Amino acid sequence: MSGAPTGERWPELSFEDLIATTRFDIHERAHITVDDAICADCSTRECVVACPANLFVPTSDGGILFNYEQCFECGTCYLLCNKEGAITWTYPEGGHGVVFKRT
Amino acid sequence: MPEQTTVDAIVVGAGPAGSAAATVLARHGYSVILLERGSFPGSKNMYGGVVYPRILDQLHPEWWLEAPIQRWVTRRSTMVLTDTQAVTVDFRSTDWGAPPYNGATAYRPDWDHWLAGKAEADGALLVCSTTATGLLRDGSGRVVGVTTDRPDGDLHARVVIACDGVNSFLAKEAGLYGEVDAANYTLGVKETIALPKDVIDERFAVRGRDGVDIEILGGTSGVNGGGFIYTNLDTLSVGVVLKLPKLGAQKLRPEQIIANLKAHPAIAPLVEGGEIKEYSAHVIPEAGLSMMPTMTADGMLVAGDAAAMCLAAGIWLEGVNFAMASGMYAGEAAAEALEAGDTSAGGLAGYERRLNDTFVLRDHRKLHRAPALVLSDRVQHRYPAMIANTVERMFRVDNPSPKPGLRRILNEERKRAGVRIRDLAKDTLDGLRTFG
Ligand SMILES: Cc1cc2nc3c(=O)[nH]c(=O)nc-3n(C[C@H](O)[C@H](O)[C@H](O)COP(=O)(O)OP(=O)(O)OC[C@H]3O[C@@H](n4cnc5c(N)ncnc54)[C@H](O)[C@@H]3O)c2cc1C
Ligand code: SF4
Ligand code: SF4
Repeated sequence: MSGAPTGERWPELSFEDLIATTRFDIHERAHITVDDAICADCSTRECVVACPANLFVPTSDGGILFNYEQCFECGTCYLLCNKEGAITWTYPEGGHGVVFKRT
Repeated sequence: MPEQTTVDAIVVGAGPAGSAAATVLARHGYSVILLERGSFPGSKNMYGGVVYPRILDQLHPEWWLEAPIQRWVTRRSTMVLTDTQAVTVDFRSTDWGAPPYNGATAYRPDWDHWLAGKAEADGALLVCSTTATGLLRDGSGRVVGVTTDRPDGDLHARVVIACDGVNSFLAKEAGLYGEVDAANYTLGVKETIALPKDVIDERFAVRGRDGVDIEILGGTSGVNGGGFIYTNLDTLSVGVVLKLPKLGAQKLRPEQIIANLKAHPAIAPLVEGGEIKEYSAHVIPEAGLSMMPTMTADGMLVAGDAAAMCLAAGIWLEGVNFAMASGMYAGEAAAEALEAGDTSAGGLAGYERRLNDTFVLRDHRKLHRAPALVLSDRVQHRYPAMIANTVERMFRVDNPSPKPGLRRILNEERKRAGVRIRDLAKDTLDGLRTFG
């Protein structure tokens, strides 16, 4: 672990490689949708730092790009978001979404 | 899937709470459907890593002969970290490595799958890959079943037990929760890291099926929360639990906070060199008693994390046992109500009575100050340095300077950490009241 600025260390895996260790059986319906127009007015952006799957990506025009596929269905985003209507949150279709592994 | 038939009970969620509830009802001879949205029970469920299964003595005597455990926890350490220091309190007991045991590391997909299989063996009908999407109610508002995401998927029942976990949309839909406040929740993230068994045995100084549970205070990069390391047979579970509003209000992402923990000089030698097998995340209801919903509605009960039954305080996590127990009591109360032909909230009142009379709510009442205390800014940001610096100076040999007295060191380090005597006294008293 090298090249760490100001004493912070960073993952030895890229985030893409890290989340590639998790299995997702993706359904074609997006179980979570984000209203980009509402996000444009949001200055706090808790979702961007807190989503453990890193699914909220700020865009250059001040919006949010959201991908539902590699989602843990944890609830962090809707719990933290203070803007009514920004996030529409449901579980994926039964049998789809994240699958934690059995031995 | 049965159509328009009414079963005695629907249990939503085949986690530890749901499987325990379904087992009890099936054993009483009632028809019970155990609904699970995952493709198998446990597929959606993650936790840190230790189950305390003694409550199963009642449901599945000698559970240890068949439960899918990884290691028996015979060594429990609590670590306090600063950037460069670590103070560890380490406890070992050989008794914990023999029946009836204390805690065991286990993977949730294994554990939950096993427990749901027991409910099935007792006669519950397990239906996987099916999400309950809402409640069915009659004209008076009484819960009479659930809607699901299957075609023609409405299911009718005399009683519904919501064991649908921390986000419980069913309990919320039933109006059992007040306002939902992010401050009552923490996010847990974890890496499962593969290492050869003999390497784990050596690094953690254990043998055979003996295992280690390490809880860590001060290793969360300044975000209020806690860290953990658990030994499985040939993997480690390494993760952090982070208070949601604090996490949202700073710059480090969850995986970076784990990476920082893994890079700590006291932690790196334990975890380095392994291969990450899985990255996982889940939310925890952290605030205990103060966030619990109403437990009973007409035709419905709520158990486990759905009712915020998890006993959690940053470095302290017992949820599976509380889920299994509350599920079991919900099952007993539902059976009693079915027997009496009254599944109104009044008829189901035996549930809360059982919760009140047993460790479930007694422990929560006893420890009701713990979550706020352990996650408080002083405990999180000031005490680790105060403790570690005090210990460092006690053990430092500073010749030719003579050794200072402990009282002087403590007083100086308390000041240096910016802790007022009054606050230290208050927290000490709170701690004694809580844990004493
Ligand atoms: C990071 C972390 C570490 C933890 N560490 C520990 C620990 O070391 N020891 C411990 O004892 N506890 C620990 N816990 C707490 C423990 O995981 C929970 O308290 C426990 O899982 C609660 O069990 P449950 O059955 O109530 O809910 P869950 O285990 O969440 O089960 C709920 C079930 O319901 C299903 N479900 C949800 N909604 C629906 C729906 N609408 N339709 C159909 N099915 C649905 C889910 O798929 C799931 O299977 C930890 C938790 C976390 C997040
Ligand atoms: S989802 Fe919520 S928190 Fe995130 S940017 Fe949009 S409004 Fe802000
Ligand atoms: S549910 Fe969790 S993983 Fe999914 S988008 Fe929200 S915060 Fe991210």
